Amino acid sequence: MGSIITGIIEEGLVYAILSFGIYITYSILDFPDLSVDGTYPLGAAVTAAMIAAGADPLLTLPVAFLAGALAGVLTGTIHVKLGVRDLLSGIIVSTGLYSINLRIAGKSNLPIFSKDSIFSNGLVDSIFAGGLAAFSNAIILFVIVLVLKLLLDAYLNTRSGYLLRAAGSNQKLVISLAKNDGTVKIIGLALANGFAAFAGCIMAQKQGFFELSMGTGMMVIGLANVIIGTQLFTRRGRLRATTAVALGAIIYRACVALAINAGMQPGDMKLITAVLFLIIIALGNLRKDRIRKMSHEGAHDSSRGTASAGEG
Amino acid sequence: MLSLKKINKYYNPGTVNEMCLFEDYDLEIEEGEFVSIVGSNGSGKTSMLNIICGSIGVDSGSISIDGRDITHMPEYKRADFIGRVYQNPALGTCPDMTILENMSLADTKGKPFDLRRGTDRSRKDYYRELLSGLGLGLENKLEVKVGALSGGQRQAMALLMSTMTDIDFLILDEHTAALDPKTADLIMELTDRLVREKHLTTLMVTHNLRYAAEYGSRLIMMHEGKNVLDLRGDEKLSTGVEDLLSKFNAISIECGN
Repeated sequence: MGSIITGIIEEGLVYAILSFGIYITYSILDFPDLSVDGTYPLGAAVTAAMIAAGADPLLTLPVAFLAGALAGVLTGTIHVKLGVRDLLSGIIVSTGLYSINLRIAGKSNLPIFSKDSIFSNGLVDSIFAGGLAAFSNAIILFVIVLVLKLLLDAYLNTRSGYLLRAAGSNQKLVISLAKNDGTVKIIGLALANGFAAFAGCIMAQKQGFFELSMGTGMMVIGLANVIIGTQLFTRRGRLRATTAVALGAIIYRACVALAINAGMQPGDMKLITAVLFLIIIALGNLRKDRIRKMSHEGAHDSSRGTASAGEG
Repeated sequence: MLSLKKINKYYNPGTVNEMCLFEDYDLEIEEGEFVSIVGSNGSGKTSMLNIICGSIGVDSGSISIDGRDITHMPEYKRADFIGRVYQNPALGTCPDMTILENMSLADTKGKPFDLRRGTDRSRKDYYRELLSGLGLGLENKLEVKVGALSGGQRQAMALLMSTMTDIDFLILDEHTAALDPKTADLIMELTDRLVREKHLTTLMVTHNLRYAAEYGSRLIMMHEGKNVLDLRGDEKLSTGVEDLLSKFNAISIECGN
């Protein structure tokens, strides 16, 4: 039982990194970005290839992020400069990346079990000796996710971050501020896919291999995490959206683990993902309907509010 | 200051629905003028604003400000020196961000949007002072999301934000049309005050003939892509709402409306 829980937390934390990316595109930019299905395995492919070639595992982190960011720039450029619709731009990039990932890794399954990784190397093994060893992955992942979360929070509070937030909810405002709204979108997509590739990099090192089809359905999983997190934790509570999204990823993993424990096969994962996703979206829509009804009943109050504001 | 020369604009060119909006349209606006533009739907008022701001292109002709040709300059670059307030109060502010964050955004216009802090805390008092000038009590709600404000409050903020940095030109696109009469009056007074204080050259499209008659230094009535009335100075001062209304009706009757 204990190992199941650590398993959930470990996987949840990896997916939390992916979800930070989806949070940027889906929640902030309002851009349904399917390129993550290609950039997540891109990060893993780059990492596996580098580690197999004997590179320092720490070096794979920035390289994977940059590789993902570059692919994000490509998606953004296709959308903004060539006028291709958002969903299609992502599909084009993720389709192309499938072949590129295969080229980078050299084969569809590249094992790196025997090599050092950020989870298993001389330093880590000496720090987490004895009883702590079982939790070393979870602790390392927690630190990584915490650092990324703080960095993302800090970024969203910079001038550039403000512009990104404005771009998602009001494109006209960005133009009024004499900024190219297309460029802002491209920056957001670069960041988001950087996070996705970073998650792939961590996953490859945790599971010890790159696998070509590991990206399938990542966009849906990330989206599910974001929606669970923001629906559950940001409405009533005062949790930051980034924290909520990370918690959402862990809860989502727990739901999947429950389903598998109840007798579903690992091969049923994608079906579980799809059904869970549907349930989350449907529940979210029901909630919205309820809120809309409530606000219609309160409509008279709000119009009175406007009039009094005019007097004030 | 601003000049439109021989502007030609067709909608749906090459189709059965081809419609000529402007044919060799000319307009000169002098520095410091406050121009009110009235006209029926489809007369070309808003299209003209869109052409000046670069939201839509022209088929031929040129647009220049202070002799500088801006005909092919993209919309966001023109925003460097043009401020614009839209009819929809939601377009001038970011609803998901707080009043303070919105003010900071507007304050950063013209400076690099880099990795410095989004909100400069030392400017907070300055923002408070600007907001208190609106007389809506917004200076005490700095941490409230703009999406929670009423249409009038948002439009007041939009007006404030678009005039916060130095601009040469203020464009008001039926900016009181979505507000109740009382709030509209308030926003109109505020507009007049800001324009005077900052000596802004202003173009205001409105459906409110009273505002057109009462405010501004010049009045243009448009019809089918042409200026049918262009009054300044004493001529403008002596023109009342009734005169405008009768002229307006005369045009409408010609069209059979």
